[in-house]
Amino acid sequence: MKRFIIPMLTIAIIALIFIATITKKEVEPTPLSELKTQFKKEKPSVDHSKFSQLKRTFGKPQDVTAACIDCHNERHTEVMKSSHWNWEREEYIEGRGIRYIGKKNILNNFCIGINTNEQSCNKCHIGYGWGDKNFDFTNANNVDCLACHDNSETYMKKSSGAGMPDLSVDLAFVAQRVGRPTKSNCGTCHFFGGGGNNVKHGDLEKALFDTHRDVDVHMGTDGGNLDCVDCHKTEKHQMLGKVYSLSSMNRNRSTCEQCHTETPHANSVINEHTVKVACQTCHIPEYAKVNSTKLAWDWSTAGKLKNGEPYEIFDSLGNITYATIKGTFTWGRNVQPEYIWFNGTASHYLTGDAISADSPIQMNTLHGSYDDPDSKIIPVKVHRAIQPYDPINKFVVQPKTYANKKGEGGFWKDFDWNSSIQHGMDYVGLPYSGQYTFAKTEMYWPINHMVSPKAKTVQCNECHTQKNSRIANLKDFYIPGRDQNAAVEMFGFGTIILSLIGVSVHAVIRIISKKKN
Amino acid sequence: MLIFFLALTGFEIHGSLNFFGFEQAVTFHNTAAIIFLVLIGLAIFWHFTTGEWRQYLPTRQHLRAQIEYYITGIFRNAPHPTKKTALTKLNPLQRLVYLALKILVIPVMVFSGLLYMFYRYPQSAGIQSLNIESLGSIAILHTAGAFVLISFIIAHVYLITTGHSPTSNLKAMITGYEVIEVEKTISSDNVIEATK
Repeated sequence: MKRFIIPMLTIAIIALIFIATITKKEVEPTPLSELKTQFKKEKPSVDHSKFSQLKRTFGKPQDVTAACIDCHNERHTEVMKSSHWNWEREEYIEGRGIRYIGKKNILNNFCIGINTNEQSCNKCHIGYGWGDKNFDFTNANNVDCLACHDNSETYMKKSSGAGMPDLSVDLAFVAQRVGRPTKSNCGTCHFFGGGGNNVKHGDLEKALFDTHRDVDVHMGTDGGNLDCVDCHKTEKHQMLGKVYSLSSMNRNRSTCEQCHTETPHANSVINEHTVKVACQTCHIPEYAKVNSTKLAWDWSTAGKLKNGEPYEIFDSLGNITYATIKGTFTWGRNVQPEYIWFNGTASHYLTGDAISADSPIQMNTLHGSYDDPDSKIIPVKVHRAIQPYDPINKFVVQPKTYANKKGEGGFWKDFDWNSSIQHGMDYVGLPYSGQYTFAKTEMYWPINHMVSPKAKTVQCNECHTQKNSRIANLKDFYIPGRDQNAAVEMFGFGTIILSLIGVSVHAVIRIISKKKN
Repeated sequence: MLIFFLALTGFEIHGSLNFFGFEQAVTFHNTAAIIFLVLIGLAIFWHFTTGEWRQYLPTRQHLRAQIEYYITGIFRNAPHPTKKTALTKLNPLQRLVYLALKILVIPVMVFSGLLYMFYRYPQSAGIQSLNIESLGSIAILHTAGAFVLISFIIAHVYLITTGHSPTSNLKAMITGYEVIEVEKTISSDNVIEATK
């Protein structure tokens, strides 16, 4: 009897462990209906259409702002402290100290920069009339309340109007229908950055105005149906979240963890991934799911004329692949992100930085590495461009692109790089050598939106694999399934093969000698 | 069984095989590892309570004879140089190899395995003394151990057939019981052996 006790005990314990593993509890996701009540759109307690102050005609948009400030008499001070108004932030940049950076002095590799082009670019400024350097940032009446608070869906800014409203807008009608910002308020600018839908971000585009949860679980009308400001929470007009094309510090971010916690999975192995892997890496398997996004921009081909006139070429999806004013574009749809380490800090190419163009110039560098405990792997869109560069001064140059009419130096009218660069560099107060070439540049855009439903999440073996691992380019660390140590592999398989050979030789000799005897 | 299962799932995680799918392989490997740990715990307990651990004390007596037997004697149909008794179930070569396995390979596998599972905790808690730079060194050690174990199993399984008849040792290995020539039945329910 005694001899059975230990085997019996063993079997009992094994059985218990098996039962425990199989019946481990599943985390029940919060039902959608419950989430929807949580994020229900509240009916506002104020009806602006009943205010007598707004039942009048407004001659100019600044009068609307004055009417707003009449009641909301300190709100403008909050707005005027925001990056939406100033287009710059006070930032600490590693190795450079404290700098004021923003669209005012950062170049990108799309339309390049706002300087000399304010008439056109600053359509998206939340102010009226920022047409040149002389704009008065202290005049509260220049604040455009309507751009963000219009709930009538009729407000729009004038094309190349330096932020002034379109002439078709009925200011009184809009002023009586203001409220909490909706997707369309934010999307009008943030979905169209870079001169067209989805040009810049790749994960922010007009399809999100009305979409399904397959495209974006949060914003899909059959999903969370969230507004931008549900996550980009705002207090005193300071919004959570910013994009690293313009900002440098790890602060004031809008993160998944703010709602979902750091360990939201039932499986502890997957939860452990969150130490080194950002949520977005697995949950956004691809971006530009509906409309294409711009992946590359070659300025060097711009300026060709057909019969003396500028022209455009479109691809089968309706994307512009060549435009005389801008050059050649490469577009992508359902794009798999690239992956990098990121610790929340970035540095930037600032107007006037002298830099060699031997390798692609980094318009923004996202910092991070495996060894840095604050770093996680994040998905990014990398936008690659070839853009004008002064090889003598080693500047990425600011050209004047926009102009009202020919002869003002704007490239989009005159197609003359020399004069457009001269105008731009004079305006920002930097020298131009008179020579230009085109330099390769890269810009990194973290992908945060277009989160897919659970079923479409990136699977283990898309990274943990020797061939075509999604993170094949991140070589500074070991992950199982992808990496092997060549020496150990050789030793291991060598030992196994030698043992097999040894054993078979031994066996053969035994059989032969047995037959002999 | 367990060791074969661990090898199968382990090499799938390693990237050499594709059978269960990576996620399942990880889950199975981790579960099997915990069961294996329990088993090792029980085996250690059994070894010490019964005093059977003495079976593994190395001896140089007959060691040369045993090696010579495998190299030449076995082909001449020579008798086994060592007699099995209740107190010496293992021949000197077995003692040496099993001891090495038990104090070297298995502990290396257990500790590298545990670190593999839990290395992130000291890291995320910022415990410097335990801060492991990278999974790489752990994983490579664990993989090397796995290769050694597999080679051991190959030789181990082969040497079964060198008993009185090709199956007699196999029976002993699986059931844990062996009728020894001194006509005395010995309970040798070595749990580790039984599972291999």
